[in-house]
Amino acid sequence: MTQWLKDVWFGFYTVLVGMRITWRHLFTKPVTLQYPSVKWPLPPKSRMRLFMNYEDCIGCGQCVRACPVNCISLKTEKRPADAPPIWAATGQPIKLHVSVFDIDMSLCCYCNLCTYPCPTFCLYMTPDYEFATGNLTEHLYRFAKKDAKFLMEDPKKKAAPAEAPPAAPPNPPASPAGA
Amino acid sequence: MDATYAILVELVPEIAGWSAWAIALVSAGLPALACFTFMSLGPIIYVYAERKISAFMQDRLGPMRVGPYGVLQTIADTIKLLFKEAIFPRGVDRKLFVIAPLLVNVGAFLPFVVIPWGARLQPADLNVGVFYVSAISAISTVGLIMAGWASNNKYALFGAMRSAAQIVSYEIPSLLIILVPVMIVGSLSLQDLTLAQNGGLHHWFLFRYFPIMPVAFVCFFVAGLAETNRAPFDIPEAESELVAGFHTEYSGFFFSLFFLAEYTEMFVVSAVVSVLFLGGYLAPLPALQQIGPLPMGWFWLWFKAWSLVFVMMWLRWTLPRSRVDQLMYIAWKVLLPIALGLVVTVGGLVLWPVTAGGFPWDRYVGWPLTLLLVGFLLVVMIRALLWNKRRAGELAYPAGASAAGQVAR
Repeated sequence: MTQWLKDVWFGFYTVLVGMRITWRHLFTKPVTLQYPSVKWPLPPKSRMRLFMNYEDCIGCGQCVRACPVNCISLKTEKRPADAPPIWAATGQPIKLHVSVFDIDMSLCCYCNLCTYPCPTFCLYMTPDYEFATGNLTEHLYRFAKKDAKFLMEDPKKKAAPAEAPPAAPPNPPASPAGA
Repeated sequence: MDATYAILVELVPEIAGWSAWAIALVSAGLPALACFTFMSLGPIIYVYAERKISAFMQDRLGPMRVGPYGVLQTIADTIKLLFKEAIFPRGVDRKLFVIAPLLVNVGAFLPFVVIPWGARLQPADLNVGVFYVSAISAISTVGLIMAGWASNNKYALFGAMRSAAQIVSYEIPSLLIILVPVMIVGSLSLQDLTLAQNGGLHHWFLFRYFPIMPVAFVCFFVAGLAETNRAPFDIPEAESELVAGFHTEYSGFFFSLFFLAEYTEMFVVSAVVSVLFLGGYLAPLPALQQIGPLPMGWFWLWFKAWSLVFVMMWLRWTLPRSRVDQLMYIAWKVLLPIALGLVVTVGGLVLWPVTAGGFPWDRYVGWPLTLLLVGFLLVVMIRALLWNKRRAGELAYPAGASAAGQVAR
């Protein structure tokens, strides 16, 4: 009889304990984030879609060699001798004309290895991760432009005391509009 | 019906001159229509509430997309369910398969005939009110077994058998506990049972004979919960073991009928518990019974029943499903002895009242304990809010991210 009373009381009491817990959580702030309208802040070194700033590329091809899955295809040809000299924003003279710079993001494994060797910091990961498409071929990004506006004078000569402000990867270098 | 007729004549005196069949049609049809509308539209709110409550209890948001805060979600779901094809598998017994959900609904809807929403706001004041409720709601068991049998599916039949065993078991303690308020009042009519608790919070049967009636209340509530096949007693539709129990083979409109019946039964059980123990349509303070010209009885019954429905949902999202043997243990070895004890004790107290002339138990013990209980509930609620404030910093968000750090697009 005593044991029975204890059991019944224990059963009732544990129900109350459980109810107390759920009652507390009833007023807890929900942790759900309504994704498309609200997003988590991304960590600063998150690796998402690649972007290449064509005006700064010197066509060295180091990224192509670094890529473990060969998703970057690069074609360069020598600029003619009588062409006007152009520079990247970091000060390197651009000697090669980049005719093709394609990145196949459907192959990319987001290892970030291509961005480290880039001498002009023109290849970097952007925080954009919502680029799903209905067609796989749309993941082939062609960065070579016909109407690129290159720097026509040496940025090192222009700003002699401040030695070459290298563009930090998340911030694309300001496009040289006044060329 | 007579009460409705009286109200109608007061409102529109010409009705008295109508022919007998027209009067019968109007005074019986209007309450029926009102109840049916209320009950058909009710589950839209219940389902939304249940989804929201379950979500909040699990720190989620619940439906948020359809309408502001997802209020139109259940309407969308209802439309979806109604327009879905009702599939009849090859092996089913078509006649029984169609009748079963209707029969379940009959058992769920008919108790509304006697539920009193006010002194005169009651479709019919049967003198066997409580008896009628428990007899009629047992019909839905037949419907469940019929559904399980007609489905021609072993899981459906398992579910039906379990529900039969469960409802038959829990009818016994619940009927015995119904006897307790009935013995105090000496009437089965729900109207009489309600009016016997007149005079404020401490006159409710919940606080009568202090340690006895709260026990009866809890036991009756547990038995009612089991009779509605709700968690933690939802073994007839235990999805982890029986697919979906008796409604495994149902789809579309016929499935939604089962849904409707379940939520209606929840409300009926809660309303009956409110009438038997919480004073039915009576206000906690007599001053609140009528606000200006507006009688508030309907609101109080609705509010009490809704609070109990909330507790049912609360329990569902708190407790795991009980095993079949635990279910039977609770019915036969816990509730039944307690119910028998209560019947004998309260019967003795009614026959030989200990309070008569002697110690006014209810005034010196019942009323302070009522206050104590209400105060305790308030303290628990406020403490829950404080707990959340205290824990707000350490909950939910990983390091580096906070609610304030969310980026709006």
